[in-house]
Amino acid sequence: MTAFTVDGEPLPFVPGQTLAAALVASGRVAWRTTRGGQRPRGIFCGIGVCYDCLVTVDGTGGQRACLVQARAGMAVTTGETDDE
Amino acid sequence: MSEARDLGMTSEPRDPVASSGSGDLVVVGAGPAGMAAAATALDGGLRVTLVDSGAAPGGQFWRHPPLFARETVPTADLHHGLSTYRALCATLSAHERTGRLTLLLNHHVWTTARDGDGFTVHAVDRGRAPEERTVVLRAPALLVATGAYDRQLPFPGWDLPGVLTAGGLQSLLKGGGVVAGRRVVLGGTGPFLLPVAASLAARGAKVVAVCEAAAPSAWLRHPGALLRNPAKWAEGARYAGTLARHRVPVRTRTAIVGAEGAQGRVAVVRTASLDADGRPLPGTERRIEADTVGVGWGFVPQLDLLLPLGCDLTDAGDGTMAAAVDDGQRTTVPRLYTAGETCGVGGAALAVSEGRLAAVSVLSDLAAPGRPGTRRPAAERRAVARHRAFARAMAQAHPLPPAWPAWLTDDTPVCRCEEVTAGAVRSARADGAAADHRQVKQLTRAGMGWCQGRMCGPAVHCLVSARHQPYAPAERLIATPVTLGALADSVEPTSDPS
Repeated sequence: MTAFTVDGEPLPFVPGQTLAAALVASGRVAWRTTRGGQRPRGIFCGIGVCYDCLVTVDGTGGQRACLVQARAGMAVTTGETDDE
Repeated sequence: MSEARDLGMTSEPRDPVASSGSGDLVVVGAGPAGMAAAATALDGGLRVTLVDSGAAPGGQFWRHPPLFARETVPTADLHHGLSTYRALCATLSAHERTGRLTLLLNHHVWTTARDGDGFTVHAVDRGRAPEERTVVLRAPALLVATGAYDRQLPFPGWDLPGVLTAGGLQSLLKGGGVVAGRRVVLGGTGPFLLPVAASLAARGAKVVAVCEAAAPSAWLRHPGALLRNPAKWAEGARYAGTLARHRVPVRTRTAIVGAEGAQGRVAVVRTASLDADGRPLPGTERRIEADTVGVGWGFVPQLDLLLPLGCDLTDAGDGTMAAAVDDGQRTTVPRLYTAGETCGVGGAALAVSEGRLAAVSVLSDLAAPGRPGTRRPAAERRAVARHRAFARAMAQAHPLPPAWPAWLTDDTPVCRCEEVTAGAVRSARADGAAADHRQVKQLTRAGMGWCQGRMCGPAVHCLVSARHQPYAPAERLIATPVTLGALADSVEPTSDPS
């Protein structure tokens, strides 16, 4: 199975999809919270402009899930605020 | 798809910093304008580097999965004008094989600068994100074809999960084969809502309503533009057929004025009929159950790379500013060219024609020996004029409703990144302290977060500026966040001219 992990749980994806596409395909539309109001955020613009869909990939924060191509074995962590 | 088979296969290892010359022309953006420009310049004998942040050429209009995934993520059925795309891919592939084209996908350009008679283009290669590798390109001529993105107007609940831009829904579909929801309501203004509705419906989503704020009768004031563009009519008729087949209702003079959530995502959309100014008519509000919402109010030209170079802007006629160009797509900065939506939003066919014209100018200005292998420039100019006339008619037929702030509450977030409310923005204006979105930024932090005002800028501008004054984005020296390591790598010891 082709999968990356999201907060330790495997998430299957179709090669060629972005992290955001795989997350949305699994039914998730939000995966972090905002710094001020702790509001849930996920994909909004889908083309790298809005920065709502930020995740941490292999330990590096501030990655836009809508732009990063999913690769097998990637470790994605979510739920963090957008503090950088 | 075999024509495109080879494209994008040159990506593997290059020098960490490709600082030597990058040919005669760097083209930033591999959408319709950038692809057409690169193909024409290559046919004319130039060496070209074509840079794009995406994983495949095509931009947003011809957004595709990466080449290796075309069979596992089939999306060709969702596209229009694919024959042009395939022809451009074939041309670019042929030039890539001879080494005259360097195609850099997954490369994010974060700044450009004048460098003697030419330009330096700074990019990071994120092909193996989150790793970043610095790339510096140099060429005597630069063509920026960075397109546009959805214009958004806030409404109560627009930051709920499940509310996306219309373009976001389309990008998930075209790029990843993913339908974002089951029951979808679309809203905003402009013809772009129709292909989004049609493709969602074709892939099994229930599109419950398309809320178009404009009145269709507005088009009747522009008969000339309509009659000269029969292809646009045919396209509209195809969407109408698809929407009728899937029983998708299109409600005109109607807007999404609010959304409410349940279980962590949007659950209900509130719509209302609008008066002539765009104010919700009392008693017309409806509540519609939906798990997904797509919103788009036209587009904003993406001028990040052009503004710091100092090129003049002009009123695009749709409430935004666009790059000013001559009839050969030359900006006011020597040897800086731009084509497509950066010159005002007008669609892919216009972008292709402008890209070809821009390349003809580059060939002429660089005194290239070759001649462009496309239609004569005069025919291309006529096509541009025809498409521009249509775009102007479209902008007038689909304006932002002037009274849209009527559907905001004081606690509606306007700036998503910094969570600045409509009340805070209005206070900044009422105090007399802010007359444009830059001053609002200083006073409220609206536009100071990750997106640097790309999402809230047009709305904040409307809330504080004089009516009819078009939106000009703030200058951003860094167009995409880069790591300090990438910044350090880009400082080259040998580049000091002294």
